[in-house]
Amino acid sequence: MTALDVASIRKEFPILSREIDGQPLVYLDSANTSQKPRAVIDAMVRCMEYSYAPINRSAYRLAAEATDAFEGARSAVRRFVNAPKAHELVFTKNATEALNLVAFSWGRANLGRGDVVVLTHMEHHANIVPWHMLAAERGIELRWVPLTPDGQLDLTDLPRLLDGAKAFSFTAMSNVLGTITPVRELCAAAHQAGAIAIVDGCQYVPHNVTDVQAWDADFLAFSSHKLCGPSGIGVLWGRESLLDAMPPFLGGGNMIADVRLDGFTTAELPAKFEAGTPPIVEAIGLGAAIEFLEGIGMTEIRRHEMQVADYALRTLTERFGDDITIHGPTNVEVRGATFSFAFRGIHPHDLSQVLDQRNVCVRAGHHCAKPLMRVLGASATARASFYLYNDESEVDVLADALDSATDIFGF
Amino acid sequence: MPGLDDLYREIILDHYRSPRNRGELPPPATHAVGHNPLCGDEIEVYLDVRDGVVHDIKVGGQGCSISQSSASMMSQAVKGKTVDEVRALVHRFKSMMSIEELDDADASVEVKLGDLEALQGVVKFPVRIKCAVLSWNTLTEALSQATP
Ligand SMILES: Cc1ncc(COP(=O)(O)O)c(C=O)c1O
Repeated sequence: MTALDVASIRKEFPILSREIDGQPLVYLDSANTSQKPRAVIDAMVRCMEYSYAPINRSAYRLAAEATDAFEGARSAVRRFVNAPKAHELVFTKNATEALNLVAFSWGRANLGRGDVVVLTHMEHHANIVPWHMLAAERGIELRWVPLTPDGQLDLTDLPRLLDGAKAFSFTAMSNVLGTITPVRELCAAAHQAGAIAIVDGCQYVPHNVTDVQAWDADFLAFSSHKLCGPSGIGVLWGRESLLDAMPPFLGGGNMIADVRLDGFTTAELPAKFEAGTPPIVEAIGLGAAIEFLEGIGMTEIRRHEMQVADYALRTLTERFGDDITIHGPTNVEVRGATFSFAFRGIHPHDLSQVLDQRNVCVRAGHHCAKPLMRVLGASATARASFYLYNDESEVDVLADALDSATDIFGF
Repeated sequence: MPGLDDLYREIILDHYRSPRNRGELPPPATHAVGHNPLCGDEIEVYLDVRDGVVHDIKVGGQGCSISQSSASMMSQAVKGKTVDEVRALVHRFKSMMSIEELDDADASVEVKLGDLEALQGVVKFPVRIKCAVLSWNTLTEALSQATP
């Protein structure tokens, strides 16, 4: 008995009724980007057909309506991650921009030569490259939390790594291994060492109940497109005291209080960090996505994905034994339903090509986590990731499709 | 949808299973590394060019069946050819992959693709063209080092 009525949920996603070559779509790439429910599509269309107008700049009623809808989306995001205040939520282009904002605004204001930022071996490039850029610019030192053999963070040396650090930036869930990290514990360890805690929630937030206050985090970054919302918008939540003290990131319209020939002063939060015309329609879509997910319940979604994860682990190991290597933890309490795997020595590209013959969509590649791939000793993996609209039957289709790959590459 | 038979021809799988000219060459052979940033595949090409002729070539790195077989067939095809012949072959191969165009002058030059013709099916799978072309771009890089 599954926690969700997946058949009805699937009906909410128009694309999932699409067939290619007369076969249904088996979309197992939601860790990459998720599909969109009718509610999100309709909200965005309604906005453009009925109430589209600029935000924050005009007195007419249409603009006031659009501004209300836009700020309504911000309130929905606040509720979704249990942030104390709506103005602590900054809309960005995506999680990548949110993490860059922290690195370059907070980082430039607070980090100098020799200062330490701690990252982990399982970070996405979005939480590595901005720090490398900052290191090149001002000589900060990066330290890395290593992994245990089963793909969890190895916290044995954490106090030593955090000693003297100013920031600890880590993912709440790995996009490659599916590992869910002990965020609350990591935040506490950071604070104990006098560092701030920056959480990359890009993979975690779409699949779990998120509570930044329970975590006692300082920043949280995530993207709309992975949680059933549109692409083109992401979120940075930050503690008000930190955001207030930070310089702006991008300059332009909307982020200023005053501009003179000799300088400018910045607007209040969150406008200070939202230079230029924001993604208006996308924000409305994100708000609708959050309402859609809340309607189903994040607790139920997580429980469903644990069941699917458990079924996938059992099925794939029972059917393929040593022929399949699934990276990451086997305990579904500490992992989501995202599986990177190696199969019978078949290159992931070839594997995904063969799976595509059955409309099974999986990602093949390094998943924007090359340091982690080096730790795994692979240049690429195949990755199947499940969401609320996937169920056990799709695990079986995946397994059957994997078998057919052996017909071509069985040597 | 084009069938997998178009892509995974027997000769491609044969080169994938038993790649030709694997290995390294010591300096003064030139050496270039090519990456496919999308998938992490990596190809290394070692080239021994003397008196305008490719005397030897070795290939290293790892990747999918298409990138590996393309590299293997390429190594066979260029060995012993003059630099000009190799350049013409690169151009002919890339035009088969639909990323370069042949003009009339090109078309009048006789260039034999041989086994490489088997990779023609890759064009029907546009995402894989990058895999097929990786070793050829790396070869071009190694070639330009050898003939500055
Ligand atoms: C863990 C993690 N962090 C950050 C990102 C970057 O997200 P985006 O590309 O939406 O900015 C991703 C996306 O793959 C991710 O999985």
